[in-house]
Amino acid sequence: MARRALPGFGLSLGVTLTYLGLLVVIPLSTIVLKTSSLTWAQFWTVVTAPRAVASFALSLGASLVAAAIASVFGLIVAWVLVRYEFPGRGLIDALVDLPFALPTAVAGIALTATWGSTGVLGRYLHAIGVEGAYSRLGIVIALVFLGVPFVVRTVQPVLVQLDPRLEEAAETLGATRLQAFVRVVLPALRPAIVTGFALAFSRALGEYGSVVFISGNMPGKTEIAPLLVMTKLEQFDYSGATALALVMVISSFAILIAINSFGRRSRKRDLHRKRPPEERPTLPPPATIVRGHV
Amino acid sequence: MKRAVGETPWVRRSLIAIAVGFFVLFMVVPLGVVFAIAVRDGIAPYLAAITTPDAKSAIKLTLLVAGIAVPLNIGFGIAAAWSLARFKFPGRRALLTLIDIPFAVSPVVVGMMFILLFGAHGYLHSSHKIVFAVPGIVLATTFVTIPFVARALIPALEARGPEQELAALTLGASPWQTFWRVTLPGLRWPLAYGAILSTARAIGEFGAVSVVSGHIRGETNTVPLHIEILYNDFQYQAAFAVATILVVLALATVVLQRVVEWRAERNRV
Amino acid sequence: MKIRAEHITKEFGEFAALVDVSIEIPSGELVALLGPSGSGKTTLLRVIAGLEVAQKGRVFLGDEEITHATIQARGIGFVFQDYALFEHLTVAENIAFGLSVRKQPAAKIELRVRDLLARVQLSELSTRLPSELSGGQRQRVALARALAPDPKVLLLDEPFGALDARVRAELRTWLRRLHDDLHITSVFVTHDQEEALEVADRIVVLDHGKIEQVGSPNEVFDRPASAFVIEFLGGANVLRGEVHGDRGSFGELVLPWTGAGDGAARAFVRGHDLELGREPVPQSLSVTIQDVREIGITARVVVTHLDHGELVIELSRRRLAELALVRGDRAIATVRTASVFLDNPPPSQALS
Repeated sequence: MARRALPGFGLSLGVTLTYLGLLVVIPLSTIVLKTSSLTWAQFWTVVTAPRAVASFALSLGASLVAAAIASVFGLIVAWVLVRYEFPGRGLIDALVDLPFALPTAVAGIALTATWGSTGVLGRYLHAIGVEGAYSRLGIVIALVFLGVPFVVRTVQPVLVQLDPRLEEAAETLGATRLQAFVRVVLPALRPAIVTGFALAFSRALGEYGSVVFISGNMPGKTEIAPLLVMTKLEQFDYSGATALALVMVISSFAILIAINSFGRRSRKRDLHRKRPPEERPTLPPPATIVRGHV
Repeated sequence: MKRAVGETPWVRRSLIAIAVGFFVLFMVVPLGVVFAIAVRDGIAPYLAAITTPDAKSAIKLTLLVAGIAVPLNIGFGIAAAWSLARFKFPGRRALLTLIDIPFAVSPVVVGMMFILLFGAHGYLHSSHKIVFAVPGIVLATTFVTIPFVARALIPALEARGPEQELAALTLGASPWQTFWRVTLPGLRWPLAYGAILSTARAIGEFGAVSVVSGHIRGETNTVPLHIEILYNDFQYQAAFAVATILVVLALATVVLQRVVEWRAERNRV
Repeated sequence: MKIRAEHITKEFGEFAALVDVSIEIPSGELVALLGPSGSGKTTLLRVIAGLEVAQKGRVFLGDEEITHATIQARGIGFVFQDYALFEHLTVAENIAFGLSVRKQPAAKIELRVRDLLARVQLSELSTRLPSELSGGQRQRVALARALAPDPKVLLLDEPFGALDARVRAELRTWLRRLHDDLHITSVFVTHDQEEALEVADRIVVLDHGKIEQVGSPNEVFDRPASAFVIEFLGGANVLRGEVHGDRGSFGELVLPWTGAGDGAARAFVRGHDLELGREPVPQSLSVTIQDVREIGITARVVVTHLDHGELVIELSRRRLAELALVRGDRAIATVRTASVFLDNPPPSQALS
């Protein structure tokens, strides 16, 4: 095995592996260990209890809906930011990052106060019989808030690099603006939109801080899975909590791996490109040289 | 890339209206509400709420936790970036995915893991109080902020290629000299970006810390937890008052990010 | 300081970049490693510098073995293909780098930097950042930087590759003069045969990880050791035929053959080694004029021969005018010099 020319491999890899081992692998393994103290039957009972199933269904459903809505809004926001000029564009572009930076608890109470039945905006919904807080709608609102930045930030760079001549070509061939968008732009953006959707979905699944305030946590109705885990912990039902947690962890891992491999496939980047072996000429080397004055 | 022809003005204005409307309804107004409720009884109660002993110790604890978690993760991020961006080895991809895992784990589960590890019946239980005490909070916060610096540094290092470092070595620099004088200066801005992001996250982390802290007032409450306690006690004005601190910090984070991006663009060759 | 590499083998996974390569570079010479991409020339340079580690083989600098020495301990100056200047440092700081990491006194460093800046004619740009310089200027900074710590040898990886033709030509001359001034053993990698022929004292021709020939520019050009060398350096017309005993027949042409072995062979004749004429003489090829092109002071005439197909002949325009040949004319071509190589030589061929 050839020695490496650049120094520091052993040290940096050692630090990386040790740190991750101690801080990520060992804590994660406790979930598996604890769950394995249950029998399959016990595990199954916990995971399929009506309240648990309801919370999974709610988390899953709300996250899917929220990710879908976030994808639509995110696409529009990205489009508007890249393609149009208007006053306040820079401000909006900066605000896109706000949900990343804002503590989830603050987001939770702020959204509840705004969209609740007595809130500045929620009162209008209340008047037509819709509850913006302590409801499933509230959960979706919070998750959309968190998901939109993911979609915007994955779609924006792709949109920036998109050659406008492609759309112009489509239009010279007779396509309407809408057709050009649907048949030329959208397919090019599809990988980014899917990635953004998946990221928003993944974030929404595990979200706790903002949802716990706006949902009201009514079992069977607005109790999300993380909250059920929290409740079980407070009741010292550690095995039950871990069983549920294991299901959550496995599904988020699956999504994470799917996102990463999808992203890798559509990127096609190679760090150390090997030089391609060239065509061998049909003649291998030499014989002798002739000097001939003819 | 702005186009002269394209969508009709009507379509364009509607799209802009939707985008702007979304932001106003979902971000600007809620933030305004936070400030409005915080000062609804006047400035004096507002100031009082953010200077109570509990509030002060919450702020101190938050700063302490961030002050430990972020530097640790900066150190990790640098080591991870160097090994993953400069070298090829089996398992490299798996390691990259492993670094992303804290993003995928729900905060509640994060807190729970550490309770399972260090709690009263935990696998590594010892006489030192780790969970329901400050060390547990530090651990949980460090866990959730692991990916930020690494994910900012790895693509930056990959994009630069090893040529400058190799050049420094050919000129006789030792590995450490190369690292300090060539590698790090080139990573200034990605490092700042990752540090800012991870600090914001460390300050604002709620779910994981909520599980692991035990909610002991004055001792194991970070600012987000303090807000939760006030809120659940129906002390809305106080809760929102303290929340304004975090809002201001979040806005500062976003502004700093922009500044760093702008400086990085300027330095790009 | 001479450089010696013995039996270097370097593989990248499945791909063999260098196969049992041995080379000795005498002290004070300016040597070119010439070859197409994938030939191993850059790999060989990097192995000498320590930027790659070979699976097999040894490297010596002077009498000292440096095979296992770290990059920074070798005392080798290296100029990278894309210069690898430190983007966050000024021109002066870049040049000073090799000295400042050795903790040299500031006054000494400043003197040396000023001296080198003058030598590369960049004194007014000392406080600029690399991003503010042109390609040719960055090149010169890279060179000055590599020379500052007084290296034992200088290695350059395609130093003129990224520059436009005019700048390239200027820098070639300039590098040659610099070398004549400093007499430092220098090795540079190039795929441009004209560059190698013009600048180097000695050329090492590589192909597919093996050395095809080592010699002075004239040697390599006039007495190519293999079909690859003659085709890579200057190109040639190819006449197919056979050799038996002491002669080879290529169509109606008979050429002496002093090599070992029999069988199918090819005769390589450079464009200017074919002479055009009107009157048939023994041992000449009958050709028809296909195309006549006058380019500056030379003329290029494409002719067709019954067996050998299209041949390209180069001659001076004056001579062309004397012959007064036009398209469609019948003429003869005689071979002044040819290099004959077997299609499939027997395996044990030592390189001359």
